[in-house]
This record gives sequence, C-alpha cells and structure tokens, in this order.
Amino acid sequence: MNVATVAPAKPANRTWLKLRANKSALVGVTLVTFFVAMALLAPVLPIADPIGTDWGAIRKPPSAAAWMGTDEIGRDVLSRMVWGARASLLAGVVSVLIAVAIGVPFGLISGYFGGWTDSIISRITDALLAMPFLIMAIALAAFLGPSLTNAMIAIGLSAVPIFIRLTRGQVLAVKTEDYVEGARAIGLGHIPIMTRYILPNVFPPILVQATLTIATAIIAEASLSFLGLGQQPPSPSWGSMLNTAKNFLSQAPWMAIWPGAGIFLVVIGFNLMGDGLRDALDPREH
Amino acid sequence: MLLFILRRILIAVPTLILVSMFVFTLQKLLPGDPILVMAGEDRDPEVIALLREKYRMNEPLVMQYLYWARDVLSGDLGVSLRTNEPVLSLIASKLPVTIQLAVMSMLFAFLVGIPAGILSAVRKGTWIDWLANLLALSGLSIPNFWLGIMLILLVSVNLGWLPASGYESFWVDPVKSLTTMIMPAFVLGTALAATLMRHTRSAMLGVLQADYVRTARAKGLRGRAVILKHAFRNAVLPVVTLSALLFGELLAGAVLTEQIFTIPGFGKLIVDAVFNRDYAVVQGVVLCTAVGFIFMNLVADVLYVILNPRLRTSQ
Repeated sequence: MNVATVAPAKPANRTWLKLRANKSALVGVTLVTFFVAMALLAPVLPIADPIGTDWGAIRKPPSAAAWMGTDEIGRDVLSRMVWGARASLLAGVVSVLIAVAIGVPFGLISGYFGGWTDSIISRITDALLAMPFLIMAIALAAFLGPSLTNAMIAIGLSAVPIFIRLTRGQVLAVKTEDYVEGARAIGLGHIPIMTRYILPNVFPPILVQATLTIATAIIAEASLSFLGLGQQPPSPSWGSMLNTAKNFLSQAPWMAIWPGAGIFLVVIGFNLMGDGLRDALDPREH
Repeated sequence: MLLFILRRILIAVPTLILVSMFVFTLQKLLPGDPILVMAGEDRDPEVIALLREKYRMNEPLVMQYLYWARDVLSGDLGVSLRTNEPVLSLIASKLPVTIQLAVMSMLFAFLVGIPAGILSAVRKGTWIDWLANLLALSGLSIPNFWLGIMLILLVSVNLGWLPASGYESFWVDPVKSLTTMIMPAFVLGTALAATLMRHTRSAMLGVLQADYVRTARAKGLRGRAVILKHAFRNAVLPVVTLSALLFGELLAGAVLTEQIFTIPGFGKLIVDAVFNRDYAVVQGVVLCTAVGFIFMNLVADVLYVILNPRLRTSQ
C-alpha cells in the first residue's frame, strides 16, 4: 500500500477535497475560473478591439458578426465584456489585498497587545464601520479623483475595518492557547509569536472573508464605475457599460443585459466559493 | 435599563468624535481649492482673501476642526457652495424621500425574507429550502442598479405598467407616490430580504432543535403553534437587532437606487454634490449617515436588551 494513502491528508489537501465534494462550491470555483481565464486571455482571444468604434454598426442587435451586439458608437459588446472582466476582477482582488494588508496587521496588534493599543484601534475601527461601505467608497473615490486605481484604493480602504475587527476577534481566541504560551515561555519576541504562531491559526476565517469581500468589492467597483467614479471611458468596465446602457434601454437592451449578467455571475461565483471555503475550513465539520 | 442606555450612549461619544474628525479630514483631501471655485472666474485676490478669512481657511487645521465641530453641534453644517442653501435644511428636505424608500424596502424585506427563512428552516433539505437559498444567494449577488435597469426595461419600457422614474410626496398624492416607489423599494429591498432570510433560517434551525420546542411538540401542540409561538419568538431576537443595523446599510444602497430611478433623495444629493465639488454637502451627508448608523446601532443594542428578558434582569 502506498504510504501517501495511509498518512492523514495535509490541511490544505483536506480543504480542497471537502471543497471538491461540495457541489455549490464547485459551481462557484468553475464560474470564477471561467471569468479569470477570460480576463487573462483577453489579449489573445480572437475578438474585436474593445475601444474600436464603427460608425456603420451603431447599436446593432446580437448577430453572427457581433455575438452580443454593438454599443452606441459601434463597439463590440462581447469584446468589451471580456476586457471589462479584467477591470472587475482586478478591482476585486487588488482592493481586498489592500484591505487585508492594512487590516490584518492592525487586527493582530490590537488583539495581541490589548490594553490601550486595542482600545484606540477598536474605537477607530468603530468609527470607520459607522460609515456605510459604499458611501465611504464614493466619498473617497470623489476625494481621490475618478479612476480605476483610485476606486480600488477607495474600496480597499473602506474594507479595512472589516479585516481589523475579524482578525482582532480571532487573535483574542487564539492568543491564550497553550502553543502561544509555550512560544512565549521559550522567550520568543512579539513579532515571531504573532507571525509564526498566531497568524497561521487565524488565517482560515480571513481567507473566507477575503473571498466574500472580493464579491462585495466587485459590486462596489461596478457601482463606482456606474456613477462615473471608477474606470474612465473609453476603457471598458461592466459598471460604466451599464451607465451608458441605461440611456438606450428601449433601443438597445442588450447593452444593459450582458454587463449586469457578468457582474451577477462572477459575484455569485465568489459568494459560492466563499461559503464553500467556510464549510471546508470549519473544524466542526471535520 | 436607563443606566444601560446611558452607558451605551457614552460609548458612542468617542466614536462620534472620531467620525467627525474623519469627515472633517476628508474634506481637506479633496482635489481643487473650494475658495477658488467660490471666487468665480475673476479670482480677485481681495475676494479670495476675504473668503479665506470668512471660511477660516487661514487658521491652523486643529482650530478649523474645532470651529467646524462647534458649528456642527449648533446645527450649522455649512452652506451648499452651489445653491447657497444651508446644508442641514438641504438634507432635511431630501431625507423624507429616502426614509420613505427605506421604510418601503424594509417592509418588503420583512414580508418576504422572514417567512421565507421560517419556511426554509422548517422544510430543511426539501426543494423549498433549496429554492429559498438559491433566491437568497441571487438576491445577495445581484447588483441592485442592474436589477433596477432590468425592471425598468421589463415593467416600464416593455409592459408600461409602472413609471420608470419620478417622485411624488406621499402626503400630496399617496397613490402616485406608492406607484413610483414600488420598483425602487423592491430593488433596494432585495438584498435585505436575502440577508433576513438567511439569518431567520439559521436562527430558526438553532431553536427548532431546542428542548423547549421538543417539549411543546411532546405536549401535542400543532406544528404551526410550535413554530410561531415557541420557536419563532426566540429566533426573532437576532433578526430584529440585525434589521436595525441594516437600516444604515439601506441609506447607502439608496445612493444607486435613487440614481437609477431619478428619485430626489439623500443618495442623489451626495452623488450630485460629489460631481459639483460641493464639499459641505458631501461632508454633511457622510456625517449624517454615520450619525444615523451609530444611532441605529444604539437602537439595536437597546432592542436586544428589551426583547431578551434574561439580559433585562441582569442589567
């Protein structure tokens, strides 16, 4: 018998096995993979120029030549959908990375040190959480100036308190564990204890939250672009495509259907994946 | 109880101060100089100097904040740079519109989300549960501005049943007001209904396994009586407090909904202000939303204690 089959599966493998067994999570992974592949392959796919206008093909319905139709200045909607996926996914991932990169360290410090440090960080988190996510992102995007980069920064900063609070709560639960006490007893400093002993143990819920926040961030980016505060024309983004489409609803409904469906499906994908990850990483389910 | 509320208010004070500092600082990050905008095309140095004096732009930042906070506390949120109207009265005139939208959305969410959650928990594992979960997931994943656009396309453009935009005050013409608000309320309430459904379901699943529910069943009580009188009354507690918290989120969601249906409310006010670089209005709206949110948090906490007899006696 192969030794590998007898040895217990590594946590990462075990998580993957559980995720694979969960049908809805698998649908989520498939949807996300599809859109990520579409975004990555955009430059090599045999599609039209996403910003190339064609005054002879204005607002043409879906046909063999343009599968998803054309927009108000004759651009190919399919091509803009494919390139728009890049903006959405990039915004989703980058803004969550920003939020994690700032939120997790502050959450770690707050939970680990407690006392005054914790009080100050917690009060600031409370204050930031008191401002609804989208209003804060709109205000920040407006203050920083409209662009995709600034939208990502705005969304990322708005999501920081979510990760501070989550990490802090997890650290509070973990820091009294024996292995942390043990690490302290052998004289390790604060930073090695936090990074080597606490962080890996608080990581799973952060990963779940990050996956779910990507879904929220994609909607937030689309919302900002819809309002004109995200991706700027002529570069394609699903949100800005919808903004234009709403002016041509009766003449060219296809302009509005595809970008919204894209956002909807990719967000469902991340939500299903996040829910699946949560179940797979939950120790009670083992 | 009174002591609890007082203590809870005291905890909210530092949060409010920090929020106010944050809102004040945001304004300083804005691109462009508001004084130059106010000075008009001539940009007369004397006018600019006068305006800087008037708006205390020459003072140190800390003093500017303190003056601003004093004004805010006395109800002076500044003047709209565009319309010259006091920000507070501008917000006060738009708020009823958004509150009507929020209340209608909340009603819709309650009427759909809670029964769906109960049904889904009671019929766990059946097709009803599956369908309710699928609808909830869709409700959470659908961008509300797209849902709004699709509804306009279907209900207004193709079927011609409801107006695509506009607003009428409920007190002037209730029928027209309700017909113009049905679609926006549905759009804004969808995600909320989905959240309520999920929470009601998980809370119900928790209490349905409790001993007192089993006892009630053992006593021979009918299924509906057990579910509504014994299980739901205990499961509703976290759902009620959640609703108070979600009310704040509704205000944020209203931004896009109002934009799509051209409703002259709070949300449209902030978007217009952002594009007109109307700093005072942006600040005022963000501040009011945050204060509203903190207040709803307070309401949620107090409701939690009122609804939970065990907590009430321990206070």
